[in-house]
Amino acid sequence: MDGLAGNMPLLVFLVVGTLAVASSILVVAMRNPVHSALFLLLTFLCVAVLFVLKTAEFVAAVQVLVYAGGIMVLFLFVVMLINVRNLPDEKVMSGAWLGGIGVGLVLFILFATIVRAGVYADPVANTAALTTVKERILVDHPTDPNKLVRRTVTKENRNAEAVAMALYTDYLVPFEVVSLFLLVAMIGAIVIGKRELSAEEEETTPQYILERAEIEKEVKEAFSA
Amino acid sequence: MPSTAQYLMLSGTLFTVGLIGVIVRRNMITVLMCIELMLNAVNINLIAFSHRLADLQGQVFTIFVITIAAGEAAVGLAIIIQLYRLRSTVNVDEVRTLNG
Repeated sequence: MDGLAGNMPLLVFLVVGTLAVASSILVVAMRNPVHSALFLLLTFLCVAVLFVLKTAEFVAAVQVLVYAGGIMVLFLFVVMLINVRNLPDEKVMSGAWLGGIGVGLVLFILFATIVRAGVYADPVANTAALTTVKERILVDHPTDPNKLVRRTVTKENRNAEAVAMALYTDYLVPFEVVSLFLLVAMIGAIVIGKRELSAEEEETTPQYILERAEIEKEVKEAFSA
Repeated sequence: MPSTAQYLMLSGTLFTVGLIGVIVRRNMITVLMCIELMLNAVNINLIAFSHRLADLQGQVFTIFVITIAAGEAAVGLAIIIQLYRLRSTVNVDEVRTLNG
């Protein structure tokens, strides 16, 4: 069991990474935004698998829930709302396509140079810190049954718990700020996306309410008769 | 185990593809998708270094980045919908009122 088949994580990385890059290129290349959105979904799922390989299970779950579950649904909703078929037939590329690809290539060469020159050869990383949690708990006293003693226990293979500990202790203030940000974004999205009612629509009572009032009146008369 | 350098190359590739998409595409929805792609490439970097340095900071920041991306997508899509109502187009090149 040596070579590529013996190194399962590397094999998974190569397959999933290739799939991620291919589907991301298709996101850019597809003419129909619905197809782009579906390939984007595939890219997100591949990236979640890559997160799992680097012992970030909780972040992978968040990635699937938030990106694949939330953001993609939002995108698809908007694509459906805008009704792509009614849009005039447009070219996929803008006038700046040559410049865009040029900038991309230069940036990629820059990245490649940095990575090749960098000191990213991995030491044997002790990744236990990513998955272990120390917790103070109360346990029964060894001799006296009426007493409890404090013990520090170390739990292993608890990535979500470790992230939660970091998030709710060291990063509590940024966490709260981010929650405020989400509130602001939500209010902003609602206010911007709301359809302005015309003055007439705001003042007249909707038809179904008038009909309902009429039916209620009839029912009341029938009962009193 | 895939090395950090391999992860960095992958994330660089995804970032480049996203950047080319932002510059090259004209459909505003696709441009927004490409921005999400770039944010995701950054997340891969953060996770790779979090593993290499055995530090949870990277994972916590990734969660923040995902949150910011969600808010950005919501507001951006709301703007796109309103723009479509106003102009009946989502083409980047046709919305140039501020272009002088």
